[in-house]
Amino acid sequence: MKSSIRFSIKFMIGLSILFAMFIVAMGFGAAETSIQDVWNALFSNLKSDKINILREIRFPREVGAVVVGAALAVSGAIMQGITRNPLADPGLLGLTSGANAALAVTLAILPATNYLGITIACFIGAAIGAIMVFSIGTLKKGGFSPLRIVLAGAAVSAFLYAIAEGVGIYFKISKDVSMWTAGGLIGTNWLQLNIIIPFVCVGILVALLLSRHLTILSLNEEVAVGLGQKTGQVKTILFIVIILLAGASVALVGNMAFIGLMVPHIVRAIVGTDYRAIIPMSVIAGAILMLVADTLGRTINIPYETPVAAIIAIMGLPFFLLVVRKGGVAFQ
Amino acid sequence: MVRLYTEDLSIGYGERLIVKELSVQIPDQQITTIIGPNGCGKSTLLKAITRIISHQSGSVVLDGKSVTKENTKQLAKKMAILPQTPESAVGLTVGELVSYGRFPYQTGFGRLTTKDYEVIDWALQVTGTHEFKYFPVDALSGGQRQRVWIAMALAQETEIIFLDEPTTYLDMAHQLEVLELLQKLNKEEKRTIVMVLHDLNQAARFADNIIALKDGQIVKAGSCEKVITKKVLQDVFQIDAEIGMDPRTNKPMCITYNLLKGE
Repeated sequence: MKSSIRFSIKFMIGLSILFAMFIVAMGFGAAETSIQDVWNALFSNLKSDKINILREIRFPREVGAVVVGAALAVSGAIMQGITRNPLADPGLLGLTSGANAALAVTLAILPATNYLGITIACFIGAAIGAIMVFSIGTLKKGGFSPLRIVLAGAAVSAFLYAIAEGVGIYFKISKDVSMWTAGGLIGTNWLQLNIIIPFVCVGILVALLLSRHLTILSLNEEVAVGLGQKTGQVKTILFIVIILLAGASVALVGNMAFIGLMVPHIVRAIVGTDYRAIIPMSVIAGAILMLVADTLGRTINIPYETPVAAIIAIMGLPFFLLVVRKGGVAFQ
Repeated sequence: MVRLYTEDLSIGYGERLIVKELSVQIPDQQITTIIGPNGCGKSTLLKAITRIISHQSGSVVLDGKSVTKENTKQLAKKMAILPQTPESAVGLTVGELVSYGRFPYQTGFGRLTTKDYEVIDWALQVTGTHEFKYFPVDALSGGQRQRVWIAMALAQETEIIFLDEPTTYLDMAHQLEVLELLQKLNKEEKRTIVMVLHDLNQAARFADNIIALKDGQIVKAGSCEKVITKKVLQDVFQIDAEIGMDPRTNKPMCITYNLLKGE
């Protein structure tokens, strides 16, 4: 089909931009490095101080940016699809705050927990947060109204952040907790990535496999059933995927709102509303956006770092308002 | 022997039953319309027959098997349903939307086969929507959009097609356009068509078989001549109707009517 050819071209262009942006992100930072160094760090066995900095600090950090950007963008796209709510985002719907609270509780009760334990705690927290938002949001008849879900998300998030803060203060671990939740990509290492990446890869792969299910589900639930979809089963699997992706992101970078909201909208403007195209494009666009934000964060105020979350939020807020103003359809 | 029938079908929650012990047969290769006042359970019945909602007791049987026990994907190859006013599918192109009619035939990543493309093209042709193939669905008019949704149902290649008020929100010409398309599919392709309609005269004109419902029970089911009568319309709609004959189709029609007073 004509449109699928056009999609593969768009996908290749996106992939090239991602690759170029990755090299750029590797090249800029507090330590002066050349493109030559970046190339050697990535594709050779040469060793030097600069190459080591690139390999041991910047490389895992940018890989982390790619992974988190992709994970958040895909989880946002899935949430917008199943809830048919253009404002859905893991940060807005209680997943991030749930994972945060779980992280604080884990650090308080089991301070010796390893990274895998913390990641799993984040999954559980994200699930609890999302379940709270959805059950409050659908309490009244009529369910799933975009406005009600966002309101429930705001209330539950505030509550869960308060829990995280409270636990932090009571157990005198506020500093440790905020190191995690506001740390962004600073200090991302291979040890963490080795744990996070498999979860994110599985999540994205399942999302890709279910993308056509997601499209018919996003049209109309009755249509989906009529076409022979086991909607309950599909929704449950997608819910688990969202938890994995959002939980893994929190475990790696802490709070990172708006990526999940913005990216799917930008992607829809490029490839349309078929999730078979939205999901793969969101992987790429989310990764690119995160690389851009991280590079800006490292370079606009050298030698100090500007938190990525702040940069994303500064880009995201006007975007959020635009989506609200346009009634959920940005760039149409 | 009919392929599709219900037996003592009750639908609802707890004590509140919307449809009560309803037994009806859907004749093969005919057009059946369901009529009745608002809230009588027309849509509910349609959804229960197509397993979109579950029923409380009784059964819906297709080809000798209960629809609740049949594999849902297999069912989607036998019957298609077009719900009432589906959302407008922002951004999807007509071709993309219709291609989702092939959903029950796909596995894994769902690449479309040559056969799939043929069926999609046929569905676009027969509904007269081929020229819009690369248009976003929401750029079309109401009548065109409804034909696109019908094309999607057709791409499912099912022998039975259900439609819930397919003419709502359309003007008269577009209503006829949709109904004539369905009639053509019935005559030329031998599809069994079951639809909910509000307009009695349209129901009589296009149906071979009418089911008149009230309070979740059948008041009368059968040919148009049997159902569109003064007595039945009085029982179902509380109207005092004057029944005549459509001079063009020789089908019964309701010429004029008044509300029945004093009830």
